[in-house]
Amino acid sequence: MPERYMSRKIIFTALFLPLFIFSGLSFYRSRHLKEPVVAGPGVLEVRKLSHYFPGIKGSINDASVYLLGNGGAGQGSVLILGGSHPEEPAGRLAAWIIVENAVVNAGRVFVILTANPSASTSTRPGGAYPPDYAIKTPWGERKFRQGDRWSNPLDQWPDPEVYIHYPSRQQLAYMDIRNQNRTWPGRAKGTMTERTCHAMTRMIIEENIDLVIDLHEAELQYPVISTIVAHQKGEDIAALASMMISAEEGFQIGVEYSPVALRGLSHREIGDHTQAIPLLLETPEPFLDATRGKTDRELLLSGKDEFVMKAGKHGLLFEKIDENGWPIDVRVGRHLSSIIQILRVWTELHPEKPIVMTGVPRYTEVIEKGTGFYLKNPSEAPANRVFYE
Amino acid sequence: MATIITVLYYLMVGYFALCFIWNFLRSKKWQTEVLYLLALLPFLLRLFRLK
Repeated sequence: MPERYMSRKIIFTALFLPLFIFSGLSFYRSRHLKEPVVAGPGVLEVRKLSHYFPGIKGSINDASVYLLGNGGAGQGSVLILGGSHPEEPAGRLAAWIIVENAVVNAGRVFVILTANPSASTSTRPGGAYPPDYAIKTPWGERKFRQGDRWSNPLDQWPDPEVYIHYPSRQQLAYMDIRNQNRTWPGRAKGTMTERTCHAMTRMIIEENIDLVIDLHEAELQYPVISTIVAHQKGEDIAALASMMISAEEGFQIGVEYSPVALRGLSHREIGDHTQAIPLLLETPEPFLDATRGKTDRELLLSGKDEFVMKAGKHGLLFEKIDENGWPIDVRVGRHLSSIIQILRVWTELHPEKPIVMTGVPRYTEVIEKGTGFYLKNPSEAPANRVFYE
Repeated sequence: MATIITVLYYLMVGYFALCFIWNFLRSKKWQTEVLYLLALLPFLLRLFRLK
């Protein structure tokens, strides 16, 4: 080969290698970023999901389960799920605040901060997502993985041509075999995402959990937004909670009924396959809208986007948006107040099985002080109270 | 079955990565050299389980 060709190839290779190394390092760091959790005063125990189903042991989706309460069986109990879709950060942050702050006076509260850990380790291909984001606190910043809607293809692959849901055999979009909110109730010998749901279903049954609250966010162009999606078993709780929230918390939230014909969703399958009442909460997240502008950390946390606003002016949205956007504090606060009111309604309807949780900030408090105000400093906590997601 | 497909897939990714490197070395046009390197990048990221 002539020398001039070889010299050029060496120069191109020298330019290529830093590109590969920097992109590779960025992806590696994003996938392996450790998120500290300071177990609050209410946390009794942290166990793994494989405690309920060994088939998930050793996989990335062997999620941590935080148990708050006095540990006794036969009481009211609730499971709060954050991070079924990790790209919807308000759900994870609300669950984080509960684990780090809540005191449970009656009943048991199970919290999973990252219900699909695998999905928290990748971002949407072609979506130009940031790899992570940081929440400002009085003592510094807390960094979180951005995540995606679907399990990481590095952990679960290949996808089928058509995803056939188990056990209904309903045909769903191929990639939704990696969507944790399409794989309920799961199956023991299924894919990793199905096994994760199976483990959580086993937990719900074994722990005799009464309520499951699955925390989500939605794009403003999606009709199921700013709402509680309720299985028919939970229609009364959802309706009463919606009224209480609208009357007392300073924001409006609607109620949608879980469609019987749409399979694989938590608000459908948990209600059909376990004794628990599932409720799914949606807050608005402009970051997810297809018509968004620059997809960066600022948009994720401020929820301000001129293009989504323009879509709103053309009547294309199912939720209002103005120049104030939908800041993360508003979204986290909505989730927390909704949980507080749902537990209050549950306790009023089932006084023999109360669930009473204190120490969790409400909507107005989160807006006033910020989400970061309620995140604890891991470096000041005893080592045995710090866990990692 | 999924494990077998995954192994075959990684073998295929490795094969195509080698093809890109081979073609890059044989190419005499700078435009195609750049093209082969850019095409190689996602294959390497997958092969090393980075993305």
